Amino acid sequence: MTITGNYYLIVALLLFTIGATGLLIRRNVLVMFMCVELMLNAVNLTFVTFAKMLNDVGGQVIVFFTLVVAAAEVAVGLAIIVAIFRRRRGATADDIDLLRG
Amino acid sequence: MIAVMFFVVAAIVLGGAFGVVLSPNPVYSALFLVATLIGVAAFFLMQSAQLLAAVQVIVYASAVVVLFLFVIMLLGVDRREGLNDPRPLQRPVAIALGVLLVIEVVALAGHNWATGTKSQVAKLHGANIDSVARALFTTYLWPFEITSILFVAAVVGAVVLARRSGRGAPVEDTRAEVTS
Repeated sequence: MTITGNYYLIVALLLFTIGATGLLIRRNVLVMFMCVELMLNAVNLTFVTFAKMLNDVGGQVIVFFTLVVAAAEVAVGLAIIVAIFRRRRGATADDIDLLRG
Repeated sequence: MIAVMFFVVAAIVLGGAFGVVLSPNPVYSALFLVATLIGVAAFFLMQSAQLLAAVQVIVYASAVVVLFLFVIMLLGVDRREGLNDPRPLQRPVAIALGVLLVIEVVALAGHNWATGTKSQVAKLHGANIDSVARALFTTYLWPFEITSILFVAAVVGAVVLARRSGRGAPVEDTRAEVTS
């Protein structure tokens, strides 16, 4: 059997769904962050697949920018998590339910 | 051959994703995340995106995951998460929403996954690095430069956020103040 682009898109859809569901299920802030990374990777996979299906290099260039934004997001997000953990000893998202610092 | 490889890699990717979500220890989640990221890099290779596969392994599977593990170890949260859920309705609703998302996308896009639009930027051909770099430094030069500003802002923001503030606020439980 030949593997067409649709197979990759289905895997990307399942990966995105697992990431989104995990984001809602898990309580640990770091694991929620990893689920965001799963969703980003699913979208990257769709971009590369469309670049292959439509024979266009633009999809691959967009993945470059997505990688850059994801790296910046990880740096800032982990800094926010470290700052929150300095203030209070809560490991879960339920402990961060106040808007005051 | 390609089909066998595809299904093996797909099993690694989805199994790693399930491992990230389901493993109670955050360290195991990070290691499962490595499996998923390398699987996605293999998918990139199978779709002739060699440069992106290399970048995916270097940036994601090493740098980002090492950063995650570093923060996990630094904060000492590598304990098992309690399985009792303070909001019992949330998990079934989340799973139902996930299933709904899959059904929705398959129902809406199941017949035409991609439209037949013609190539807008440049065609994929031959050496992958050559065509990607050409597009990156001609068509997408302006976004590329803006990305550097974003990176500088992210680095400065990370330093400011993670720096121990001069007011010297030690670890205090502000929840106790509120409830008392």
